[in-house]
Amino acid sequence: MPHIDIELERLKTKLLEMWDLVEYQLQAGREAMMTADAELAKQVIKRDRKVNQFDVKIDRMCENFFALFTPVAVDLRLVLAVLKINANLERIGDTAEGIARFAQKLDEPLDQELLETTKVVPMYEAALAMFTDCRIAFKNNDPVLAKEVIKSDKVLNKIYRKSDSIVTKYMQKNPEKIGDALALLSIIKKLERVGDQVTNIAEEVIFYREAKVIKHRSDKKKKKSSGKDKGKEV
Amino acid sequence: MSKKQNKLEALNLDAYYGDFHALKGINIAMEEKAVTAFIGPSGCGKSTFLRTFNRMNDYIDGFRVEGQILLDGKDIYQKEVRVDELRKEVGMVFQKPNPFPKSIFENVVYGLKIQGIKKKSVLEEAAEQSLRNAALWEEVKDKLDKSALALSGGQQQRLCIARALAISPSVLLMDEPASALDPISTAKIEELIYELKNDYTIVIVTHNMQQAGRVSDYTAFFYMGELVEFNKTKTMFTSPKDERTQNYITGRFG
Repeated sequence: MPHIDIELERLKTKLLEMWDLVEYQLQAGREAMMTADAELAKQVIKRDRKVNQFDVKIDRMCENFFALFTPVAVDLRLVLAVLKINANLERIGDTAEGIARFAQKLDEPLDQELLETTKVVPMYEAALAMFTDCRIAFKNNDPVLAKEVIKSDKVLNKIYRKSDSIVTKYMQKNPEKIGDALALLSIIKKLERVGDQVTNIAEEVIFYREAKVIKHRSDKKKKKSSGKDKGKEV
Repeated sequence: MSKKQNKLEALNLDAYYGDFHALKGINIAMEEKAVTAFIGPSGCGKSTFLRTFNRMNDYIDGFRVEGQILLDGKDIYQKEVRVDELRKEVGMVFQKPNPFPKSIFENVVYGLKIQGIKKKSVLEEAAEQSLRNAALWEEVKDKLDKSALALSGGQQQRLCIARALAISPSVLLMDEPASALDPISTAKIEELIYELKNDYTIVIVTHNMQQAGRVSDYTAFFYMGELVEFNKTKTMFTSPKDERTQNYITGRFG
């Protein structure tokens, strides 16, 4: 394998390791929230330092790669994509930490009615599925799957849009649980943000493989182009 | 925004060295007052192609061309075209600096003297202007009568550029003009190319991908006598269309 490919593989592998760690953080954060497990929450908070270390390491690897290999074309796009994916993964890691901080303060598991009406559990599942699929899209150089990931963000947005009124009603009915309800609303917002960040990552996968910039396009145009272009690459 | 004129064009150009088919059906149009870089592996035909623009290949036994090369819309391979007139219009700078074993001044005004210009004031003015345009004047203005061979490699190359500019061409062909120079001299030549494109149409052959990226507006990739891809340099180095171009510029050829 040429030297340049060995270095690029190293970079991709490091990013995929970070991806695994952040996925684990999201899963553990969910577990801690659902079971009010303060110990697990504490571990998630502590482990965020490791995510930050990955962030710094990957930034440094990209900097070195630019300086030593002056990449062009697909190589350049890959390193630019890795830089941006890294930044998004680090923020998703922060979100997992934020959820764990909320879970740490819980005395008992959240009210089942609140969980069911807000649909926070399926929302969390959908965010995790997007996250996992996007990792596969990056690992397998699959822009078609990346486009599917972008489409699935709609599910999260739909749940998010309804959450305000649902939580308001719940608080009116259960004024003694306003604290929990507000915290859960903030988690729903965080999960909506995770959907956006995974969308950003998926856009970088498409940029890397197809040399196409699709960010900031309207949803309509995105949908149109994801139907039209089937994995063209050079 | 008005589109620039095409200065040089090749139409269905084929070139042969005896039986060897060196250039195959080349079609390209190069913009006026822009820098076009030719890239490709050794033996791909890029230097042969460059040399067709001032008919430098004419002296090579067995060399022949089919098709057309147009300079300002006129075919330079027509019988009535005088090659010496053509070369006044299309100057050339080579890989290795090749100053004549004469003074700096005599080198610069050599072409003008051949044209019959003898008036000292005219020659002096032309020498200063050409040396200024070649970014060499400040370094040599006090030693114009010294031998050109005493200059450094980078200075010699800029002297050759000044010599080419003195006869007021509109096109400058450069065949790897900085490949024999150190990084500082290379940077000076690149800076000079950037300045010169305000007044000249420049075609440069280079093996240095970063140099092509830095100095050129358009890049043409040649492979085995074919023009594989021609596009804006930014596009070529970020999202080339042909896989062969991508493999070449990313260093994964073969």
